[in-house]
Amino acid sequence: MDALSPVTTSHYLLVSAVLFSLGVMGVMLRRSAIIVFLCVELMLNAVNLTFVALSRELGSMDGQVVVFFVMTLAAAEVAIGLALIVAIFRTLGSTDVDDVAEMRG
Amino acid sequence: MSDFLFYLFSVVAVAAAIGMILGRNATYSVLLAVVNFAMVAMLYLMLGAPFLAAVQVIVYAGAILVLFLFVVMLMGNDPGPTWEHIPLQRPLGLLFTIALIAGLVPIVALQNVTGPRSGQMMTGDDNPTRLGEALFSGYVLPFEVTSLILLVAIIGAIVLAKRSAYRESRVEHLDVEDETFETAVAD
Repeated sequence: MDALSPVTTSHYLLVSAVLFSLGVMGVMLRRSAIIVFLCVELMLNAVNLTFVALSRELGSMDGQVVVFFVMTLAAAEVAIGLALIVAIFRTLGSTDVDDVAEMRG
Repeated sequence: MSDFLFYLFSVVAVAAAIGMILGRNATYSVLLAVVNFAMVAMLYLMLGAPFLAAVQVIVYAGAILVLFLFVVMLMGNDPGPTWEHIPLQRPLGLLFTIALIAGLVPIVALQNVTGPRSGQMMTGDDNPTRLGEALFSGYVLPFEVTSLILLVAIIGAIVLAKRSAYRESRVEHLDVEDETFETAVAD
């Protein structure tokens, strides 16, 4: 695959892989819980892009249906996760993920 | 022309993601995430999935990220410690990320997946119709389970909000417990 050849499904998969890796990088390097959460959303989004690209590649709607479910679950996850972050912020006064270590023995 | 648009959207999406990770201000990070999600929606459009593109803009950029913005505003956008204070975490994290990219990208690049294989090229015209048919024929049970999950999420969010309100009222009434709790947190 050449870098500037006519755009194929591989190009979309490549963009998706880069976005996913950036999401992983954010989760591993950042300490603010909100940014970590945003990076999880970024990873979900990258996987969605893979599903849509392969849905076109295979001529099947199944991939797009899966993306639909992933989006719904992401919405539910964000509602719960942000409620948790707000609760943690009220209790500890910080959203640094390293501060949430009360269960450490 | 369509190739140029693909490269434009991809580069903007990746740049927005990088800015989102490196940004010190959480508000900017959320706004850059909006840019990123909008660019991914454009890629959905180019892949012949206009319905998902619309849902992406409405649900992700419109609802989820506004929720993020609300929380950032609620918590006063405290920048806090941007990077870790555990030794070696930053170099190790960078190392593993580079290993991941070095592993993923060649695999994807070597696959050489070239365009629609089957005869039926998807045009965007009947995309919502076909998505609905697939959703309500083969995926009825997952669809119903999804409604259950949304219900649980609603209840969970209410319970979390309620419980912190209950804790505050308890802290007001019982000063002794409050002090022991504070010392426990300080330790």
